[in-house]
Amino acid sequence: MIRASLTAIAMAAFAVAAPAAAATIEFSPAVVFDMGGKFDKSFNEAAYAGAERFKKESGVAYREFEVTQEAQRDQGLRNMARRGANMIIAIGFAQATPLEKVAKEYKHARFTIIDAVVDLPNVQSVVFKEHEGSFLVGMAAAMASKTNKVGFIGGMDIPLIRKFALGYVEGAKFVNPAVEVLQNMTGTTPAAWNDPTKGGELARSQFDRGADVIYAAAGGTGVGVLQAAKDGKKFAIGVDSNQNYLHPGTMLTSMVKRVDVAVYEAFKSAQANKWKGGISNLGLKEDGVGYSLDDHNKSLITADMQKRLDQARTDIIAGKLKVTDYTAKK
Amino acid sequence: MSAASPTALPRWVDVVALPAVNLLAAFLLSGLVVVAIGEDPFQAMGLLVTGAFGNAESIGYTLYYATNFIFTGLAVAIAFHAGLFNIGGEGQAYIGGLGVGLVCLWLGDLPAVLVVPLAILTGAAFGAAWAAVPAYLQAYRGSHIVITTIMFNFIAASVMTYLMVNVLIRPSQQSPESREFATAATLPRLHEIADAVGLEITASPLNLAFLWALICAALFHVFLWRTRWGYEIRAVGANETAAIYAGISPARIIILAMAISGALAGFVALNELMGVHHRIILNFTGGYGFVGIAVALIGRNRPLGICLAALLFGALYQGGSELSFDMPNVTRELVVVIQGLVILFCGALENLFRGRIAAYFQRPATAGAVS
Repeated sequence: MIRASLTAIAMAAFAVAAPAAAATIEFSPAVVFDMGGKFDKSFNEAAYAGAERFKKESGVAYREFEVTQEAQRDQGLRNMARRGANMIIAIGFAQATPLEKVAKEYKHARFTIIDAVVDLPNVQSVVFKEHEGSFLVGMAAAMASKTNKVGFIGGMDIPLIRKFALGYVEGAKFVNPAVEVLQNMTGTTPAAWNDPTKGGELARSQFDRGADVIYAAAGGTGVGVLQAAKDGKKFAIGVDSNQNYLHPGTMLTSMVKRVDVAVYEAFKSAQANKWKGGISNLGLKEDGVGYSLDDHNKSLITADMQKRLDQARTDIIAGKLKVTDYTAKK
Repeated sequence: MSAASPTALPRWVDVVALPAVNLLAAFLLSGLVVVAIGEDPFQAMGLLVTGAFGNAESIGYTLYYATNFIFTGLAVAIAFHAGLFNIGGEGQAYIGGLGVGLVCLWLGDLPAVLVVPLAILTGAAFGAAWAAVPAYLQAYRGSHIVITTIMFNFIAASVMTYLMVNVLIRPSQQSPESREFATAATLPRLHEIADAVGLEITASPLNLAFLWALICAALFHVFLWRTRWGYEIRAVGANETAAIYAGISPARIIILAMAISGALAGFVALNELMGVHHRIILNFTGGYGFVGIAVALIGRNRPLGICLAALLFGALYQGGSELSFDMPNVTRELVVVIQGLVILFCGALENLFRGRIAAYFQRPATAGAVS
């Protein structure tokens, strides 16, 4: 369903666009992953899944690069463009500045950036309303909590993660104003995105302080949080990808961010020459974010919970319920 | 280290042949790893080399990486000469970057002839100050420098994250980075300089900081082997008790050596911030401070050796990224494995072939002595 509706939106958006001038040039897609690496089970892996799906369906192989150094962002994007890639997807907000430079130099190439806005005619910016999805899982956490304490574990203390955290807190307080939200960030270096050990420790300490549901928005670090929840028989909430399958029974839900769909759609529309620059801001309305409900967690989300979540979802889409966007505050 | 070798080898063997053999062994083993994942090792090694030196752009990138490694390698080496193990290059570079960045942001309107030296001085001062605290604790409180410098890396990261997210961030954006420096507060890149004199070179991040790195290496040599302070540093490093007997205060020398070490590490910011990014960004240090330890070890703590080792690491970084670019099966983790093997053979196992090669060179010599 998500797939269908997003496709519809994408089609609607792209239908207005005239086919790109470079119609005869061979379609050559590429992805530049961010530092977390394409197998982070979360953000980058969602992008990888989208690219793989496109490859499987269309039979068109794509080039890829994983950034390991700051300077390689620029280098990776430039290399792709120079070697003839004409549909390049940059994953992660940190690529915005290098992308701006490279996109100006390679005007014939099309770029899509996830999680940031670059205002150029040959760049499509896809951002997500993570706060809306986080609001819903915050509600789920507060409803599932018996101790009235829920936890949040972020990766690094950057605006994007504060956006997740704020939405989560608002959602939890919406259900129960008395609920206490414990918050921790994993670290101050990029290692914080890939430190399951520390994620596990933080989770255990939050459990010890009384929390019984923890939301991990920390990339690969989250794997440790989810594991700790399983070991302690408490609940955890996954992020970006649907992580419910990792530990059925203790995975309350996942805040899914459809990076996979965004990547897939970008490739697909570009192949069909329907790709168009501009900004798309995907929230609950566009099914760009949401909470996951599948066989692995359907016993944990009661009918009553689901009803309240769906109601909140409808209200947010209708604008009746406002969730604060941390990054829009200033 | 190598100075204590019982077998005196011809100098060219020590400087050229032995490292070459070690390097070859490392590449041989790396080749086997590449075969194991089902790729052509010759193609892989070829890509690694052409990726690092194949054209003007890749050479530019290689030298750009090398610039960072020269700074951090020299930083580690000067501490080594005083008998100290400075693992805090990462944090010192980070805080040095804060100094460089603040000058560039606040005084960027001044002419370049003023801003650039001022940024160099401030970067050095910030880096030195960050290193001086663990140095003081070591000198007067006996807190082990290895522990404190590691801890200071984390403090530096926390301070920078706080400042970047809450204070220095350019408003209304996601990414924690400052606004762009004014043009006067940036170091010209090589291709821009070439452009100005009518030459055309492919764009690369190589910039004037490279020249400053080479100057630092030369100054390093002069300072350590031609000045009294340098002598005192080496004396304390060689034998602290003897140094005290000679009237040298080890505490003072520890702080001096660490301050210089921190200042050198701080220069990474010149290359990264003023040369490439033109703004303060998070994590621009990217592990260069730690790799500096390996660079110093492989370079035998000598400026020339450090420059060569820095070049090797620059080539591995740049060639490695090209390799993973062209061979998707060679993941970035595998590139790290190859880099690790080179470090292992050139650094840790440097004596693996020494005995055999020494024996080969000594046979004629002993034979001559008998007859």
